[in-house]
Amino acid sequence: MDLHFTAKDPTTAERDAVDDVLGAPLDRTAVDRAATGQYLRAERGGAAVRRQRHLLLPALLALVDRVGWISPEGLDYIGLRLGVAPAEVYGVASFYALLALEPRLTRSVVHVCVDLACRMAGGVDEQRHRYEDSDTLVVDSACLGQCDRAPAAMVTEPGAPARHRVDAREATVIAQCGEASLTLLRRVDVIAPTDLDAYRAHGGYVALRRALDIGPAAVRAEVDAAGLVGRGGAAFPTGRKWAAVAAAPGQPHHLVCNADESEPGTFKDRVILEGDPFAVIEAMTIAAYATGCEHGWIYLRGEYPLARARLEEAMARARRGGLLGPNVMGRGFAFDVEVFRGAGAYICGEETAIFNSIEGYRGEPRTKPPFPVEVGLFGRPTLVNNVETLINVLPIVADGAAEYRRLGTVGSPGPKLFCLSGSVRSPGVYEVPFGTTLGGLIERAGGLTEGRTLQAVLIGGAAGSFVGPEQLDLPLTFEATRAAGTTVGSGVVMVIDDQADLVDLVTRIAAFFRDESCGQCVPCRVGTVRQEEAILRLSVGKRQRHERAHDLEILHDVGQTMRDASICGLGQTAWNAIESALTRFKLFPEDAP
Amino acid sequence: MTSQGDEATPRSVQLSVDGTVVTATEGDSLLAVCRGLGVEVPTLCYGDTLTARNACRICVVELDGNRTLVPACSRPAEEGQVVHTDSARVRTSRKVVLELLGSSVDLSLTKGVEAWNERYEADPSRFGPSAAPAGIGERDRRVTGEHHHADPLTAATVAQPAKIDNPLYVRDYSKCILCFKCVDACGEQWQNTFAISAAGRGFDARIATEFDVALTDSACVYCGNCIAVCPTGALMSTAEFDLRGAGNWAPERQHETTTVCSYCGVGCNLTVHVQDNEIVNISSPSDHDVTHGNLCIKGRFGYVNVQPPRRRVKD
Repeated sequence: MDLHFTAKDPTTAERDAVDDVLGAPLDRTAVDRAATGQYLRAERGGAAVRRQRHLLLPALLALVDRVGWISPEGLDYIGLRLGVAPAEVYGVASFYALLALEPRLTRSVVHVCVDLACRMAGGVDEQRHRYEDSDTLVVDSACLGQCDRAPAAMVTEPGAPARHRVDAREATVIAQCGEASLTLLRRVDVIAPTDLDAYRAHGGYVALRRALDIGPAAVRAEVDAAGLVGRGGAAFPTGRKWAAVAAAPGQPHHLVCNADESEPGTFKDRVILEGDPFAVIEAMTIAAYATGCEHGWIYLRGEYPLARARLEEAMARARRGGLLGPNVMGRGFAFDVEVFRGAGAYICGEETAIFNSIEGYRGEPRTKPPFPVEVGLFGRPTLVNNVETLINVLPIVADGAAEYRRLGTVGSPGPKLFCLSGSVRSPGVYEVPFGTTLGGLIERAGGLTEGRTLQAVLIGGAAGSFVGPEQLDLPLTFEATRAAGTTVGSGVVMVIDDQADLVDLVTRIAAFFRDESCGQCVPCRVGTVRQEEAILRLSVGKRQRHERAHDLEILHDVGQTMRDASICGLGQTAWNAIESALTRFKLFPEDAP
Repeated sequence: MTSQGDEATPRSVQLSVDGTVVTATEGDSLLAVCRGLGVEVPTLCYGDTLTARNACRICVVELDGNRTLVPACSRPAEEGQVVHTDSARVRTSRKVVLELLGSSVDLSLTKGVEAWNERYEADPSRFGPSAAPAGIGERDRRVTGEHHHADPLTAATVAQPAKIDNPLYVRDYSKCILCFKCVDACGEQWQNTFAISAAGRGFDARIATEFDVALTDSACVYCGNCIAVCPTGALMSTAEFDLRGAGNWAPERQHETTTVCSYCGVGCNLTVHVQDNEIVNISSPSDHDVTHGNLCIKGRFGYVNVQPPRRRVKD
């Protein structure tokens, strides 16, 4: 490959930031124009250099962390070091909302959440003004996953080291803290999150020990018998996935923990990652052991700085304790984990988009088949499981499938985390057995905010659907929600009271999908735009009857086509919530005045 | 090293396409199977010299047992599949995809679209009048994640001025459907130059050099292999672009002559497109063993020894 770099040399800060990720260059003169006075080519080192492409996104994030943006010089330097053409680096850099390709020279950048829960909490505009000063750049952001503490903003101050923090309302971590009935949340807020001794004292590493005792096949059998299905939204049987990866002939196998929780209204994984990081690490170790993976990745959304810090600390302690590394628990099993930080892209929660993102390509979903269990990360068989799915493995392995199945229903066994937000007295993550009714769950969260009446509930997030007060008796199980034309999805239960503006929420959902579409396929790329345009036209209210009918027809046609013909789940679900609002709430009646 | 005999012979499979049972080689695309049967499946992003990208989604077909429609170009044939290429769902999706494309992109030079629009009763004008075109470089400056507030009474488009920054070819991205073929031809599938990439996200996604620098500052080597695969006329030789601009492009007065490139010893076939005794384009057959439709700058543009370059009229 004959790479062509044109920009001038990077600044010392840019060079240091990139070198911190990639290590010092093999041959400094080869990457230093000032030293050679020559036209620059890629760093020497051949395939060994190019095999480091998975460091592309980390290097881009390092530049933004250090100097606030990615300059042409910094971008070229990364390309030079990794043997990747600058156009490709640019293609990747311009894919992510947390990366900037224009100078950002303010002291700090604030991402203000403008998504559903924060809108309902009020004060998105006030939030924007609150941070306004000459040395701060304020930009809008999609859901930051802080819906229980809305309104929220993420503040980044570039530097060495960069400082990241999330500003949100003070709130208890979980309302159920310490309750005896808890399985998944039993340690959250009870123990110090990164205290390994406390973790072990509260039942930690019992499951891994049993897993190592009974062997991989028996672990897989337990997970299969437990009837565990994926908690990320797609509800795929976990046991089947594990069996497929374990049996896949390619080597090595990879494990990816999907912690890119970005579905508006979802924050359960954040609460787990921040409150019980060892549980995620232990569960990943068991999953890796059962499916023959040597290496695990936690793909963590970039908007969760606290989760990242706690995970890194917990991983370091686990390594020191012999619970990660070449000889886990002294049993000859080698496994380690690394955190891969996302950079602001909802689509990267799609399992194949994760692979492209980690591998240093644009986070566009891949065509399936082949499925990840056969051809996944780096072309190898890969197990992708959501954070909540993984931690369910701990009680299954520790106590056995039969015990696990005592909770929940036959079709939806076990406990489930729900993210209660919006107009409830105590928003937060709640752990209940599958089968709890929608109304019961809202009661669990203290019921509706004082003096309000219920207008609707958004279940499953932006890709889910709105249901009305008549559905309060709906048991929250996969089978019952499916029958009712909705979905458990990622566990979002966003309560919308009579004072909330449903049209505003639907308009925001349309904008969200337009912004988050990766742009790869036509139905989603253009369909999300036409959908938003039609919603905006309908919401102005001054349209003639035949114009409304025309726009509703457009929404149905475009929605059906996105659902049928899009490559991935983003486009396929981009019409769900809007359709439910239109049909169940007659949001834009044809015969309106 | 494996000998020919050791390799597994591809299995024959039987599947049904619109009720006709057909025998195919396992792994062939459904598109190839349909074409073998004479069943027309429209497609824009599929190229016979490139790996299928299944981005345009016009080729979707209904496959029993699948929740969604599947792209014929990249779904392999398997035993027992039941395929429907003209069901109501397929027709609706093709119609709407054609409308979405036709309302956002200039398809005036895209072969086949007119007939498909008729066949699927697609009406790209249903989304309202087109929004005003973007200014030069405006779409390239869009910030990912920043919501673009559009006027809902007009339909957003990718319209923008053509990028004319070198003497050999023009990039008119108002005609770009983002099929990714140029990126694949420029990159790892053929040229290994990587001068361009998809950039941005969603409707703001576009084909771009790094930071939208001019081609003359990019890695471009002017092989023109991107032009060869472009299905919409977004990429075009300057000679053709100027003739079209002047209203003098006349395919009916053109003829093609096949010859062998005389620049080096590789032996690339050239197809010389001549109008009014003047070379207007040079291409290479995509089924040629050596070129697969690709050429280098000399083969594609080096015809100045035959005729002096046209003087461009300055805009």
